[in-house]
Amino acid sequence: MSVLIYAENTGGKFKKSTFEVISYANVIAKEQKTNLVAISIGNVENAELEKLAKYGVDKVLSVTGEQLKLFVNQAYASIIAEGAKASSADTIVLSASFSGKGLAPRIAVKMDAGFVDGAIGLPSFNGSFTVRKGAFSGKAFADVSLTSTNKVISLVPNSYKVVEDTKPAAIETFAPVIKESDFRTMVKEIVRAADKVSLPEAEIVVSGGRGLKGPENWGMIEELAELLGAATACSKPVSDAHWRPHSEHVGQTGIAVSPNLYIAIGISGAIQHLAGVSASKTIVVINKDPEAPFFKAADYGIVGDAFEVIPRLIEAVKEFKSAHA
Amino acid sequence: MKILVCISNVPDTTTKITFSDDLKSFNPAGVQFIINPYDEIALTRALELTESQAGTVTVINIGDASTEPTIRKALAIGATDAVRINATPRDAYFVAGQIAAYAKDKGFDLILTGRESIDYNGSQVASMLGEKLDLPAVCIVKSLMIEGSTATLEREIEGGKEVLTCPLPLVASATEGMAEPRIPNMRGIMSARTKPLTVVEPVDIPQLQQIIKFDKPQSRGQVKLVAADEVNKLVDLLHGEAKAI
Ligand SMILES: Cc1cc2nc3c(=O)[nH]c(=O)nc-3n(C[C@H](O)[C@H](O)[C@H](O)COP(=O)(O)OP(=O)(O)OC[C@H]3O[C@@H](n4cnc5c(N)ncnc54)[C@H](O)[C@@H]3O)c2cc1C
Repeated sequence: MSVLIYAENTGGKFKKSTFEVISYANVIAKEQKTNLVAISIGNVENAELEKLAKYGVDKVLSVTGEQLKLFVNQAYASIIAEGAKASSADTIVLSASFSGKGLAPRIAVKMDAGFVDGAIGLPSFNGSFTVRKGAFSGKAFADVSLTSTNKVISLVPNSYKVVEDTKPAAIETFAPVIKESDFRTMVKEIVRAADKVSLPEAEIVVSGGRGLKGPENWGMIEELAELLGAATACSKPVSDAHWRPHSEHVGQTGIAVSPNLYIAIGISGAIQHLAGVSASKTIVVINKDPEAPFFKAADYGIVGDAFEVIPRLIEAVKEFKSAHA
Repeated sequence: MKILVCISNVPDTTTKITFSDDLKSFNPAGVQFIINPYDEIALTRALELTESQAGTVTVINIGDASTEPTIRKALAIGATDAVRINATPRDAYFVAGQIAAYAKDKGFDLILTGRESIDYNGSQVASMLGEKLDLPAVCIVKSLMIEGSTATLEREIEGGKEVLTCPLPLVASATEGMAEPRIPNMRGIMSARTKPLTVVEPVDIPQLQQIIKFDKPQSRGQVKLVAADEVNKLVDLLHGEAKAI
């Protein structure tokens, strides 16, 4: 038996969420006294593959090929399932990233596996295999017990700390045969803002609401975010009005985030907004209305006008950074 | 074009969530149910596609008779007909299994779902359906165009988007941007009453998992306020106390 993780990369580099997944799966493998195997798909250099060994992987299966350079959901899922067979893995862990969300359910069906999507904690090992996940869009948690032999878990980015555990991992080439009909989708173009922190993976998020009055006022939000190495986000009315792209909309009907720090500026704290951000570790609210409901769901607050407070906050962060540089 | 849209019956977004005494199930008492917001986006796009290039839109829901108002709402928005699989949806694997069993010999060109349901937040059904029907599944799609027998889709990825093409038939899960949800008009509501709603009995699906307990996040306690002219205090707290920066 073994535990298999999917080591997702972006442009040949492993993502932080991949190291989180390995660290998480390493605990399961140790508990079950079994090996931890990683499978990498796409063209990843050996030096990069070796990084996987830093977090507890015993063996790396590397799958390369012209057809696999870009993500193909069906083919990748088949490869991971083949990797599970080849390494007798009964537990598969991958990130609940955008691509992971498409892969994991397919793998679960292929392996007749019970599946926890969006796990936020380790399984319990006391007889049952029970994993906690968020439910009702952040308003609740559900403990899901997997009763099947095979198990698939997708892990929410930022919900498990990266832990080093260096091992001498063997890197092997793996070349399963994949049927041609798994390659029906064809990537034409990838559009990515190169210098932006990705929202679901960000450790700090700076978010603006309707209180900012208009898209022309986002300069200070972006400046604050850049200083903090944060991603930018917004409330739903802001993206509905096209002040910001839909991909920044957080909440019950947008992206659910769970950063270390969420800074909400000019957002009232409607129940649908809170649902998607309440898993954040620390919440700061800046709002001119002392009665804004968001203050009840915050750790720290400033009652004040964003147009005065944010420029001051930018200065204070600059001072802090130069003092701690 | 023949389109199937999978709709889920979920608590209204303003619902205060409560559970049964044994914490094993959601307490539906007094709760208003709606079409899952992402499914509404999928349904609207399906209607737009059949308006521009002829076809039918069937909606399917797994649920007991109590979900029929939600199904009728989908018919009022414009779906051609509806199917209800008469079962309590146990989990996504069960739901995908029921839909696949129904859809496998019906020749749908396109099967749409929402990116996730806002109750159990699975984001599983689209991909599971793809696997069960041996079809490509493209998840979290914000733009869907169809020309002839080829779909061009934009799916979300971290920090951007991926543009891809795929021959029909395929499965896709919808997110914001694919369409602006429609509100049913009076004529829609009237005609929904007489549109066909077929009830189908479920097939057997093995159970692989079970929710054993729900609970709610702990509240954060009292907020610490910092004066608007002392923002450097906030920075100190975030660094020293919260260890967030
Ligand atoms: C089905 C459904 C789903 C929804 N899903 C979501 C979701 O996923 N995410 C989401 O965010 N919303 C969602 N909503 C909308 C939600 O109900 C609220 O309407 C929305 O969150 C409000 O956005 P806001 O806080 O930016 O705006 P408002 O509620 O208008 O709040 C603006 C805030 O800014 C403050 N303000 C104004 N001027 C200033 C200033 N100069 N300085 C500081 N503060 C200022 C005001 O005091 C106010 O508190 C949903 C609604 C529905 C019906």
